[in-house]
Amino acid sequence: MTIAVEVSGLHKRYGSTVAVDGLSFDVRSGEVFCLVGPNGAGKTTTLECIEGHRVPDSGTIRVLGLDPRTCGDELRRRIGIQLQEGGLPARLRVWEALDLFAALFDRRDVPWSLLERLGLTEKRDTYFVKLSGGQKQRLFVALALVNDPEVVFLDELTTGLDPHARRSIWDMIRAIRDAGTTVVLSTHFMDEAETLADRVAIVRDGRLVAIDTPEELIRSVGGEDHVSLTASGPIDPAPIAALPGVTSANLRDGRLLVSGAGDGWIGRLVAAVEAQGAHLRDLSTKGPTLETVYLTLTGEPVDSGAGSTSDAGTDA
Amino acid sequence: MRKLAKLTWVQAKLFLREAPAFFFTLVFPALLVIMFGIVFGNDPESGFVPGYGYIDFSTPAITSIIIVSIGLMGIPIQTATARENRILRRFRATPLHPTTYVGATVIVYYVMSLVGMAITIVVAKALFGLRFAGSWASVTAGFTLAAAAFFAAGYLIASVASTARVAQVVGQLLFFPMMFLSGAAIPLQIMPEGVRHAAAFLPMTHAVRLLQKLWFGRGWGEAGVEVAVLGGTLAVGLLLSARLFRWE
Repeated sequence: MTIAVEVSGLHKRYGSTVAVDGLSFDVRSGEVFCLVGPNGAGKTTTLECIEGHRVPDSGTIRVLGLDPRTCGDELRRRIGIQLQEGGLPARLRVWEALDLFAALFDRRDVPWSLLERLGLTEKRDTYFVKLSGGQKQRLFVALALVNDPEVVFLDELTTGLDPHARRSIWDMIRAIRDAGTTVVLSTHFMDEAETLADRVAIVRDGRLVAIDTPEELIRSVGGEDHVSLTASGPIDPAPIAALPGVTSANLRDGRLLVSGAGDGWIGRLVAAVEAQGAHLRDLSTKGPTLETVYLTLTGEPVDSGAGSTSDAGTDA
Repeated sequence: MRKLAKLTWVQAKLFLREAPAFFFTLVFPALLVIMFGIVFGNDPESGFVPGYGYIDFSTPAITSIIIVSIGLMGIPIQTATARENRILRRFRATPLHPTTYVGATVIVYYVMSLVGMAITIVVAKALFGLRFAGSWASVTAGFTLAAAAFFAAGYLIASVASTARVAQVVGQLLFFPMMFLSGAAIPLQIMPEGVRHAAAFLPMTHAVRLLQKLWFGRGWGEAGVEVAVLGGTLAVGLLLSARLFRWE
C-alpha cells in the first residue's frame, strides 16, 4: 500500500491562536480520507498547508512524495483542489470555466465529460452567478478534477447545501474514489464522514483525537444501542430493565424506550414484551454513530465548537 | 503563451459583459463628442487653436477619459472584486503565474482603450469632419504612455483598497473631479485662472495636454513636463503596487 499524503508533527499558529498543534496522519492511495471536527478545529489550515498555500511553523508534509514548500508547481499539476472559499467571475459561463482551467493546467483537450459526470450538462451556458449552491460546488469539483489529479482535496464541500444536493455530492465523491483518485475530505458533519470515509481522522483544537475506519471507531467506544417500541397493551418497564444486557427502560408518551449493550439483548427484550401479553406494533433501533464517538472521546457535542464549554443537551 | 492567450480571451469576454466598463470605454467618449459637436460645432474659426474647431481640440482630450476611467475605476474595481470574491485565490490553486493574470488583464484593457479611441475618432470624423495634424505613431505612443501611467495607478488603488466597495469609491472620487478639472471634458481655456493653476497638479491634465500637443503635430521635445509627470506616475504606481499588492 502506498501513502499519498504524509503529515507529521504539523504546527501552525496565527498570532497567539494555535490553529494546528502537532497533527500527524497518513492518507493511503485510493482511499477516501476524512478530516472531521468542529469549525475551528484546524481542518482548513491543515489542508492549506498540504496544498502548499500556507507555510507550516514546523512539521513535515509529503504529498505524492513531494514537499509542497519546494515543489509547489509540480504538485499543483498533480493534485486537485476545491477551496472552502473560492470564487469565479460572476459572468463566466460554466463551459468557459472548464475550458479556461483546462488551459491553465496545459491540457490540450478539454475534459467535457466532467460536465456530464457532475450533472452540469444542462448548465454549460449558464453564468457562474446564476448557479445554485450545489451547482457551484459541483463546478468547483469539476475544476478540481480538470487535470486528472492523483489526489483531490475537498474542503467543507457540502456546507450550506440542502439534503438532496448533499446526497448527490456524496455519490459523486464515491465515483471519484472508484475511478482510482485518492480523496481527502474535510467536514464538520459526522454523518458525512461516517457515510463516505474509508478512514476518519477526528481533530479538535488542532490535535488528532482518533484515527481509524468509522466502523472501528464506533466499536472502540462500545456505545449502547437504543430501542424504541410500542405494543398493543400496557407494558411494565421494571422487569424489562432487569433483563441481562439492558441498562435502562422507560415509558415516555406511550413508547417504551430501552437502552442496552452487547449481543442478544434485543431478542430478550422482544420476548419479555410478548410475555407480558402485549403484541409489538413497531420497533426501531438506533446504534452508536460517529457522533457518539466524538461525544465519548471529547465530552462535547460536535456542534458546540472547539474548546468552548457547552450547555447544550447531551442527549445524543 | 497558451495560458495567456486563453485568459486574455476570457477576460475580454468578461469585460464586454460588464455594463459600466463597456459604457465608459466604448460608448461614453463618443457620446461626449456628439454632444459637444451639436452644441459647439467644429468651425475652424471658433476654436482655441488657430485653424481648428472645438471638436478637433476636444477629441484628443476626450480619449484621455477612456484611459483614466479604465485606470482609476475599471482596474481597481475589477481587481478588488476578484480578490474579494476569492477568484484570485481560486486561480492561485492552479499553475497560473500571477504575472500572467495581470498581463492578460492589462492587454484586454489596453486593447479596449484603443478600440474606444478608434470609435471616438471615427464618430468625430464622420459627424464633424475631425481634423488631425500629428502622426498616428506619435499619438498612439502618447496614448500608450498615459495608459501605462493610469493603469499602474489603478493597480496601486487595488493594492491599498480593502474591499471592492472602497476601490470603487476611491476610483470615483479621483476620476470624476479630474475629468472636469483636467480639461478632458471641459477646455481649461474657459476655466477661471485659479482652476487652471490647480489643474497643473492633476496627472490627468498632463495626459490631456500630451495628447493635444501630439494631435496638433507638436514634437515630444515640447512635452517634457507631461512626459515627466506621466512617467513619474507610472514609476510610483508600479513600485508601490508591486510592494503592496495582495492576492487574498
